[in-house]
This record gives sequence, C-alpha cells and structure tokens, in this order.
Amino acid sequence: MTTTNTANTANGNNNDASLREGTPAADGTARAGRDLRITDSTLRDGSHAMSHQFTEEQVRAVVHALDGAGVEVIEVTHGDGLGGSSFNYGFSKVDEFDLISAAVDEATQAKIAVLLLPGLGTVHDLNKAHERGATVARIATHCTEADVSVQHFAAARDLGMETVGFLMLSHRASPAELARQGRIMVDAGAQCVYVVDSAGALVLTDAQARVQALLDEFAGTAQVGFHGHQNLSLGVANSVLAYQAGATQIDGALCALGAGAGNSPTEVLTATFDRMGIRTGVDVPAVLAAAEEVVRPFIPRLPWTDRSSITQGYAGVYSSFLLHAERASQRYGVPAHAILQRVGEHGYVGGQEDMIIDIALALAEERAASDALYETAGAH
Amino acid sequence: MSEQRRGVAAIVGSGNIGSDLMFKLMRRSELIEPRFMVGVDPASDGLARASRLGLEASAEGVDWLLSQPVLPDIVFEATSARAHAANAPRYAEAGIIAVDLTPAAVGPFVCPPVNLEFNLAAPNVNLITCGGQATTPIVHAVSSVVPVEYAEIVASISSRSAGPGTRANIDEFTETTATALQVVGGARRGKAIIILNPVEPPLMMRNTVFCAIPAEAAEPGPVQDAVLASIHAMVARVQEYVPGYRLRTEPQFDTARELWHGMARVTVPIEVKGRGDYLPDYAGNLDIITAAAARVGDLLVAHKLGQDPGWVAEPAAPIGANA
Repeated sequence: MTTTNTANTANGNNNDASLREGTPAADGTARAGRDLRITDSTLRDGSHAMSHQFTEEQVRAVVHALDGAGVEVIEVTHGDGLGGSSFNYGFSKVDEFDLISAAVDEATQAKIAVLLLPGLGTVHDLNKAHERGATVARIATHCTEADVSVQHFAAARDLGMETVGFLMLSHRASPAELARQGRIMVDAGAQCVYVVDSAGALVLTDAQARVQALLDEFAGTAQVGFHGHQNLSLGVANSVLAYQAGATQIDGALCALGAGAGNSPTEVLTATFDRMGIRTGVDVPAVLAAAEEVVRPFIPRLPWTDRSSITQGYAGVYSSFLLHAERASQRYGVPAHAILQRVGEHGYVGGQEDMIIDIALALAEERAASDALYETAGAH
Repeated sequence: MSEQRRGVAAIVGSGNIGSDLMFKLMRRSELIEPRFMVGVDPASDGLARASRLGLEASAEGVDWLLSQPVLPDIVFEATSARAHAANAPRYAEAGIIAVDLTPAAVGPFVCPPVNLEFNLAAPNVNLITCGGQATTPIVHAVSSVVPVEYAEIVASISSRSAGPGTRANIDEFTETTATALQVVGGARRGKAIIILNPVEPPLMMRNTVFCAIPAEAAEPGPVQDAVLASIHAMVARVQEYVPGYRLRTEPQFDTARELWHGMARVTVPIEVKGRGDYLPDYAGNLDIITAAAARVGDLLVAHKLGQDPGWVAEPAAPIGANA
C-alpha cells in the first residue's frame, strides 16, 4: 500500500480508481477497504469561528465540495449543537434546521450529522433534525457527565440514526475515568465514542492513551474516534497517534475552521494519512481544492495559534470561549488571554460562556484597585 | 402557635431533595409537621434517616401512604415527573394538597415571590425546576417594567448536586424551565440551558439571566433605573426565604447588536448559596427548590386550616410601580 500511495502522490493521480482499491462506491454505504472515516465539521465547529453567521449558499458550496471529494460524514449544526442559537453562545444568522435541509439536499453520498449537547438541545430538536434528513446523531457531554446523554442515545437509536458519543474536554479525565464514561454512552446506544480534545490540550501520548483506554473498554463492541484542536498545533499529530492506537473515526475541518486555533484541517489529515498509506476514501486534490477555493474565500480570519488560543491549549480552556473572551475584552478593557487563563484556573466547562462576563468584570475591578494603589503610592 | 393544629405532611421521595425538605420543615415550619417519609427502596438512606428522626417511614410507596388511618393534609412529591403524574390523581381524590417538586407540571407553576397569591386554593402546585425558582423572579422583575420579547437563562450547578433523576431527564429541566420563563416570568419567548460542572471544590449554583429589552432600557436613564430597582427589590424578596440568593455583580446593560438579531439586553448574574440544612452549601440549586416548597407548603396549609400563616411576604405588587 505504501508503494501504491507513493505512486499516487507522485502522479497526483488520486482519481484513478484502480489505485484506490475498494474505495469508490459513491452510494453512501460504508466503503470496504477504508482504514478510517473522516467526519468533516467545518459547518459545525466552524460555526464558532464564523460567529454562527453561515449562509445557505456557503453551506451548499461546502457540502457540494466535501461530498464530491468523498467525505462520508458532514456535520451541520450551530457550533454549540442543536438549539445553540442564543445570547450565551451567539445567534445563528440562518436557522440551523434550514441549513441542515440545504446540506441534505446538496449531498449525494455523504451523511449529514448533527451535534446535540444535553442540557441545551433536546430530543425534540433531534426529532426535527431527523425530519430534515440528518442521519448521524453526535451526542456530546462534558467528559465526566456521560449519564445525561442516555435519553438522547435512546431517542437517536429509535429514530434509526447512526450514533456517536462525544466526551468533551477529555483532558480533564484520566484514561480510566474516560473509559468508564465511554462505557455509559455505549450502554446507552453509542456506536462510536470520541475522545474530544475541546481545549486542544492533549499532548500526543495523552491523546493516544485515552483512545487506547476506550478501545480496551469497548473490546470491539464500539468504535473510537478523535476530535482535535490546533491550540498547541497538535491536532493532526494527535489524530495520527489516535489512528495508530485504533481509532477509526477522525474529525477535521477545512482550513481548520473551528473554535480556538481551529480543528485538525481536513485537507492536512487527508494528505497526511494518504502519505502514510492509510486509506480515508477522500480524494486529496479534491479536498485541497475544497479548502482553498470554497472555504478560504469566505472566512473572515484564519484560525491561528495566537496568544489567546495557545493559552486555551495551555490552560485547558474550551476552544469556543475564544471569540467570547475577545468580545468581553473589548467591552470591559481587559486582555482576552488573561480572561482565558482565569477560565482555566476556575475549571469552567463547555457551555459556561456566561462566566466570561464574571471574569472580565473581576479582572477590571482588580485592575482598577491596582491602579488606585499605584496612584496612592505615586502621591507619596 | 401551640394551640393551632399543625398540618400533617408526607414527603414522597426519600432522596436528597426529600431529605433536605424534611430538615427544613422540622427546623423552620411552625405550621407543618412532617410525619411520613415514603420511598420505594427499603435500603434507602433517606428512609432510615427519617425513621431515626421519628417519622413513619415506608418503602411501600404511595399505596402505603394512602392506606394510613390518618391521611396527611399535604404531600410533597420529590420523585420523578412520571411518578408524580401517576400519583397526582390519587392525592386529589383523597383531598390531599400536592406540592410537586418534579417537572411534571400537573398543577400550575408557583414561584413564591411572583405568583403564590393566585394559587392558595389550588389542590396541586408545581415548583417548576431549581433553575426556574432561581431565574423566573428576575425575568418577572424585568418584564413588569418593560416588555421582554425573549428571556434566556443558563443554570450552572455542581455535578455533585445533580441527582440521577435530573440526569436521566435533563430535557424536562430545559423544557419546563423555558415554559416557566414565559408563564411565570412574563417573557414572550423563553429558553433554558443547564450545565453540570464537576470541578472540585464544588461550584456554587450560578445562574445567568439574559432578557431582551427595549433600546431605551439599555441606555442610562429613568427606564433603566426602574429596571434596576425592580431587580433589586425582587432579589430582596427571594432572600426572605433563600438567604443565600444574591446578585454576583450589578446587572449589565448592553445596547442592541446585529449579532443578537438587533436585540438589546440586560444580563443578571445570580449566585445561590444553600443553607446547609442537609445538603452542602454549594447545592443552592436544591436548597432553593426545597425552601420554596417549604414556604409554599406553609401558605397552602394555613389556607386549608384557616390559620394565619404568620410570615407571608409582602404581596407581589406590580413592581414597575416603584419607577
């Protein structure tokens, strides 16, 4: 396979079906001869980086490009999952159910996935997404709170949806604890459970050990996936290590469009796995074109490892807090990275965006007190 | 109070909430005597504790309770929405007032500082959810001064204070609370979000209330002053029975933004520290609903027995009047 792939890359001829044994079948069924499945989350995690302003036109263009490149699962939802449109997380420009319908309409082989965070989205929302044609339900909880997802997995299975569990901020639980939580999801009906590095805080073997622990726990009864962020630039490397440990579902986003410093770029994952002879079923030139020609032109700023997003990886902060911290920074005149550092110290979890206001106010007060002290000192 | 007959109460559901409520009634109520603790699990700690403290405790459920020679005047139900939906008609048939601490919402929603006076004769009242008790008063305080097109609340609670019932039915929390933001809070539309945080030491219950407000109220001036005064007055009313209820910071006003679909907003951060009757103080979410239940119970029993409740709060006058 290595030889074949080297030839592939050298020729730039990835469209030759004879070189990609068993991978064509653009019929939406699972492909024989694929080593792992890439799920693209540009239109879900990327929603954070777009301040939830995706248009139907953008969604159609991205789905068309991904679907044509052979990506089998495309996630389309507000960044915080179904029902995320809110003061706390940001309102969607276009109703997410209309975006889901557009994605379903545009896809020829890809399945459309939705994300749901229990406590925010409900079974009612899941039913509605299913009516619009979504067929994969990804249910996400904080990594130690899996039992809030039980009713949602049951509902998803009743609807006949494929099910994926998402253990967010996985760096906050030990591999053994994560395995116990994964077991709860599998028992509830999850067919795959992801190690979700929401803070981009897992460093190489940290990611691999968690994937391994879940695989050992499931003993072949469920798959394991990995969702990476680039806050410490390790999304792709962690994904490779996750695959080598046995993960078979890997998340990415075109141009890394996602929260914090973004996700593992789908186009880099595809190219890297291809170079390693690991078959994803995704066409390298087509996915490179999707990133460069479809997504890059409409995104307001490329996700980047700047002081704030690196702080998120370093302090273990949920990536989607980034833009909220920047807005609070402007409103209250305190640095975004200082807000994020303190979010990490307090141990806030995904969904607690409202705490950013508390922290910004506290930092502003501290600074005022410290300024007053300096002024007093200067007077003497 | 000694000449007056105290109302006899049963607590159905011997978990954390039922146990905390038992302590509250024993320690603080002059009108209610908790006599029965009813569960379904013979191995329940809550039943053993109630028995040690002199209550009649049984694991044989509501069948046992309803076969007692003297029935209670009032029952507090802290089981699950499904269980209460099944039990409610039986209490009604037996003439027992029901105070429902589950999200079943068989009877009308009650939040003591907002709408209790309308429900004194109700045979069954519902206490919404912990988040609903903490946030609907604030939405009501704002909506009684200016129209609130949309209210949204985020309730963050310690993982340790979320019991198995809440976890298994988390959708009931979001849906019941959202409805109460409209029905009790007075918002045109409502949305509720709950977050469980496992951090150690456990976090206090924290609620953020966002209300969409007219542009005029987002700018400094008499309308904004009236909104602020109304919020502060409401916080004081809740503190009468939940002393650990407080504004974490002053309400924050923001002018309209395009990203908010053109809405202006006020953000009200609330912290609820529990009283530590049975549960630790971080479990303000459980404390606020058991405190509300105890207060509602006193008032309903006083009404039923024709007695003076003694300590009723000032009536919930239209709060905009203080503008």
